[in-house]
Amino acid sequence: MSERESKGVLYEVDGLKVQFKLKRPSMFAPAPVVHAVDGVSFQIKRGRTLGLVGESGCGKSTSGLALLGLVPVTEGGLKFDGVDLRAVSEADKFPYRRRMQIIFQDPYSSLNPRLTAGDVVMEPLEIHKVGSSAERRERVAELFELVGLRQNQMALFPHQFSGGQRQRICIARALALNPEFIVCDEPVSALDVAIQAQILNLLCRLQDELGLTYLFISHDLAVVHHVCDEVAVMYLGVIVERASRTQLFDNPRHPYTRALLSAILDDVPDSVSQRIRLSGDIPNPIERPPGCRFHTRCAYAQDVCKQREPELVEKAPGHFEACHFETAAPS
Amino acid sequence: MTATETQGDKVLEVENLTVDFDVRGKSVNILAGLDFALESGETLGIIGESGCGKSMTALALLRMVPSPPGKISAGRVLLNGENLLGLSAGQMNNIRGRSISMIFQEPMTSLNPVFTVGNQIAETIRKHKNVSRSEAMVQAVELLDTVQIQAPERRVNEYPHQLSGGMRQRVMIAMSLACDPKVLIADEPTTALDVTVQAQIFDLLKAIQERSGTSIILITHDFGAVTEMADRVLVMYAGHKVEDGTLADIRNDPRHPYTQGLLRSMPRITSGAAGFREPLPEIPGSVPDLSQRQPGCPFGPRCAHAMPKCHEMPPSIALGQGRSVKCWLAETEGAA
Repeated sequence: MSERESKGVLYEVDGLKVQFKLKRPSMFAPAPVVHAVDGVSFQIKRGRTLGLVGESGCGKSTSGLALLGLVPVTEGGLKFDGVDLRAVSEADKFPYRRRMQIIFQDPYSSLNPRLTAGDVVMEPLEIHKVGSSAERRERVAELFELVGLRQNQMALFPHQFSGGQRQRICIARALALNPEFIVCDEPVSALDVAIQAQILNLLCRLQDELGLTYLFISHDLAVVHHVCDEVAVMYLGVIVERASRTQLFDNPRHPYTRALLSAILDDVPDSVSQRIRLSGDIPNPIERPPGCRFHTRCAYAQDVCKQREPELVEKAPGHFEACHFETAAPS
Repeated sequence: MTATETQGDKVLEVENLTVDFDVRGKSVNILAGLDFALESGETLGIIGESGCGKSMTALALLRMVPSPPGKISAGRVLLNGENLLGLSAGQMNNIRGRSISMIFQEPMTSLNPVFTVGNQIAETIRKHKNVSRSEAMVQAVELLDTVQIQAPERRVNEYPHQLSGGMRQRVMIAMSLACDPKVLIADEPTTALDVTVQAQIFDLLKAIQERSGTSIILITHDFGAVTEMADRVLVMYAGHKVEDGTLADIRNDPRHPYTQGLLRSMPRITSGAAGFREPLPEIPGSVPDLSQRQPGCPFGPRCAHAMPKCHEMPPSIALGQGRSVKCWLAETEGAA
């Protein structure tokens, strides 16, 4: 089950950089630049799920938004289904937008409180002028059933729903245009555990039924472990490790990945003794540390780490790591 | 992991704690007769979904239930044998921050943005101890050092916005430790923090507990946090204590169908391909609306084992060794 069959690559990202200019501190000083995403490359295979993991401020959400064209890309290639999206003009992008959608983290703030649930799901169909109004209504009813909501809930407003139900509305809205690719930006982080299970089950079922491709952004490794075929771990705008689910969780290589894994508070008492504890916080993405970005918090850091930035290289078949050393004990 | 060896004297005893809210003239029962005890040096984890009354329990212990509309309508909270619910407002002010202190969920919003962190810690110290301003500042620096903030002499003069989320939570902890409280209530102390920082905060709390023997009540929705910290666990649902016991009991042998459902619905990290994308067992439905309580077991409508008897409220059935379950199933032997 872990190595599911795939039919080629749907989205290819090559050296993606997203930078935001901040306000000048004074008239003559240069504007500080936030390197939110700083050279990220990965491929997402059709019908599969790539997990993007990291702590807040590591650039995982910005990467997701950049893939959908929701933030301006500074540099790098974005190839969706063989088409270079950066070469497509803004006006010609419209047909691509209906093929990719997003589910946001907070179902409380991502629904318009003045629209009924039915109108929320109807809106993308109207924007893209799909079908007649009778056909649209039929489609909305179909979507409600697909995500496990009742038809008579179409006339209700978002505040009349629970968190889990609201997330179902968001999923229905994302599915309205029959997209191929969906960015799930922390889709279950705002939900209670019992509800989280319902939404994860729904996302998996929809992927199987509709052949969807997901970019699954999360800080929760247990959730990523449950749904993702491949996982990329981000730290301060770069990918430090990328591998298949089994490789990453059974044989993590990068010190940061191992720290993340040992920080999740699961009941593995025997691992407590070998826990890696990181000191300090993530450095500021405006003043990134030189060399390896992780060296300020890394237990294995040497002089070379302060000077030269390691590249993401294939250290084992299909297992990429950005580190100068072999820090993981061979297993 | 700590404190299981400490003597079994009870620091805090809560009996039949009941909180009602007045919602548009209608009385809504938020906490329904909660009983528990906290032993010296132990950590009690209170776990449940949002709206189950976890935070209200914390507020009720400190008599901070917003009133009106809320009121503590019955029960006793005994701190070393003294009933806090019978104290005057002035006496209660001496308890808060000195004998019982609290760490709130959002370090961003619970610090005052216009005072330096040193000022805010010194304020707590000067409220409870008769020391000069400069002496209080010296103690504030020491406290910042205790909570492992680098360069405490500099940080003490900084404002909350200059600190990261993890450091703000450390400041909150420093403030709550200012008077060596006997009981520390931590209400979702790490929910707003990143996982690696979360682990640091738990390590810190454990170190403090080991050194000073403080009892901790950890309120959380995250079972992982409970496994990390707690000696005993109390599971809440819709204002009721549905189950309590030692961490090992709850984790390995949950008796209440709600606890069982909660534990099963969490994705687990296992090695190999096991469990990948397999449907997680769900608890159907959602938390009941407390303003429309039905008679009988609050979990009944969502319970797979519900039987006709569940239309009556089950009693809290003691199973020995400090374990209790509020479920009719526990009455008959061979309960699942």
